[in-house]
Amino acid sequence: MKFSAKKFFEKIIEGILFLSSTVTTLTVLLIIVFLFKEGLVLFSQRPIEKNDVIAVHNDNRLTHISARQIKDIFDQKITHWNQIGGSNDSILLFSTSYITDYLSEDELGEDFSNLPAKVDSLLRVSPGMIAVVNRRHLPAGFHGKELQIDKITVWNFLTGREWFPTAQPAVQLGVLPLILGTLMVSILAILIALPVGLATAIYMAEVADSRIRNILKPIIELLAGIPSVVYGFFGLVIIVPFIRNLFDLPVGETALAGSIVLGIMALPTIITISEDAIRNTPRAVKEASLALGANHWQTIVRVIIPYSISGITAGAILGIGRAIGETMAVLMVTGNAAVMPHSILQPVRTIPATVAAELGEASQGGVHYQALFALGIILFLITLLINFVVEYISSHRKFR
Amino acid sequence: MVVLQAKNFVSPFKINQNMKNIILSLAIFTFSLAAYSQKIVIKGSDTVLPLSQKEAETYMKANTTASITVIGGGSGVGIAALIDGTTDIAMSSRPLKMDEKLKIQESGKAYKEVKIADDALAVIVNPANPVKKLTREQLEEIYTGKITNWKQVGGDDMKIVVYSRESSSGTYEFFKEHVMNKKNYASSCLNMPATGAIIQSVSQTKGAIGYVGLAYLDKAVADVAVSYDKGKTYVMATYENAKNKTYPIVRPLYYYYNPKIEKQIKPFLDYVLSAAGQKVVKDIGYIDIGK
Repeated sequence: MKFSAKKFFEKIIEGILFLSSTVTTLTVLLIIVFLFKEGLVLFSQRPIEKNDVIAVHNDNRLTHISARQIKDIFDQKITHWNQIGGSNDSILLFSTSYITDYLSEDELGEDFSNLPAKVDSLLRVSPGMIAVVNRRHLPAGFHGKELQIDKITVWNFLTGREWFPTAQPAVQLGVLPLILGTLMVSILAILIALPVGLATAIYMAEVADSRIRNILKPIIELLAGIPSVVYGFFGLVIIVPFIRNLFDLPVGETALAGSIVLGIMALPTIITISEDAIRNTPRAVKEASLALGANHWQTIVRVIIPYSISGITAGAILGIGRAIGETMAVLMVTGNAAVMPHSILQPVRTIPATVAAELGEASQGGVHYQALFALGIILFLITLLINFVVEYISSHRKFR
Repeated sequence: MVVLQAKNFVSPFKINQNMKNIILSLAIFTFSLAAYSQKIVIKGSDTVLPLSQKEAETYMKANTTASITVIGGGSGVGIAALIDGTTDIAMSSRPLKMDEKLKIQESGKAYKEVKIADDALAVIVNPANPVKKLTREQLEEIYTGKITNWKQVGGDDMKIVVYSRESSSGTYEFFKEHVMNKKNYASSCLNMPATGAIIQSVSQTKGAIGYVGLAYLDKAVADVAVSYDKGKTYVMATYENAKNKTYPIVRPLYYYYNPKIEKQIKPFLDYVLSAAGQKVVKDIGYIDIGK
């Protein structure tokens, strides 16, 4: 009786463990599916609001216009139609934010009922008019013609250089500066954190005597518990002025500041896990190497580190993951300027900071929302790539 | 790694006990929430946030059955929440944009707007900067990237470092509509996530320029007199100048809500617009509106 009860009990525990691992794997997979589902829809949308129409005067020579041209037109950088292949007329603007220039609140009427007639009359009268309005606000047979605008393509999204997701009337979605900013800050953070972390781990595991190690270990584990906002504020108050004074720059918010803060944040993870891995090298392996005549340093470099490379890699991947995905700290010290980075002493904008700053105000299902999910996909792929590279390098080492 | 897993193993019986405790405390918590007869959620602008918090605190002290939750995030966040129906009141430091009004109309809801205070936007520079006054046109050209050096506006030969808020901020939108005449910010503007970060950055960067609400003005930064008539008169951002409307960059602070819940929030709204509520407005540093 006792025997079968114990077996039954063990079977239940096995079942619970299996269930929890299945649930965990499924959750991770579902999150990834959700990410792709929400993000990929972006590439079937046009860069203007769903039911918006770009209407011009009937005599206008153009049939087609790009999102970039609309932005420059409404920014008043392009002022005459002949600058983009039309006639010599100067461009007159009309969109939802210009309604109050032409009609007062009372003239608009309840539910904007007088708007279609007004838009129609404007299009008929002025040859230079361009109006971007909702289809509901154009009368059925309006006296003008519609311009076509391209859908957002993957190529334009990935290589565009301007990120204005809230621009009216056409959004500008170019993520190249964001991708480059993320890569620059992350790779620099890894370059700072990995050597320092590994060196500290070796020191604590092999060189330091137990008194020093007993003081250092809890301090480093404490560092891992500091919230990222505190790191961000520390970066803003201490590191940013320091960099500005050291390099004599006009502004201290730079990619370098972001990398230093991220490097410090990734350090505790890398140190703790690497140190554990190094300490778990069997004494027999160490003593065999020393017995064969190698000194302590040769043992460390040629025997212990290759033996614990898988643990060190695991620590590196976790630390790198934290560095790449960090939002709050980066948001406060990199300046968030979406420009192409030419050097590390320049403000940049990273993908996690962009998503953190903008997701709250993007209305569900809109173009901005989908663009942010598309950015999430890109971030996911970047992290995956870097993890594969680290794994490849370490596994390559193992078989040497 | 294996050692860690062994330490964290909890027997199934303990798990059951923990689950029971969690469920019980959740039940008590939800019942205690339901005990409050007046529950209001206010979400939105970080500018209006300190004001709403103080009003909520003083109101709840006088009415102990009321429970008001105040959440920041930016005017855009609050208005998006109002459209989605996840907040009772959206606090905003800018009026609704046309397309937000259209979106509300399309979703079949209605909205009501209540102005609760005014706020002046001060343009700030580093205290070491000799430039003390700027016209609206100069501000527009600085923020769109046309003017890049302080010597072009009468200062030293130093690069202008432009600080702005993120796009979810009502302050960002108001500045864009009124001071920049709806033009887009330059890509090279540094976007800081909060007013506190702008004050910190402007106070430590010599060539910096930024904009903050009057309530956040600090000794660490210097504010600049602004002219809206191409240089004839320059006005500083002070409480008096904003109240008598000589300072041009003044924006109204609004509460937006769905008229369906008007009865539920009317006591709180009346308090905010009353003399006691408006005194709180003045104490925080905004401009009270005369009744």
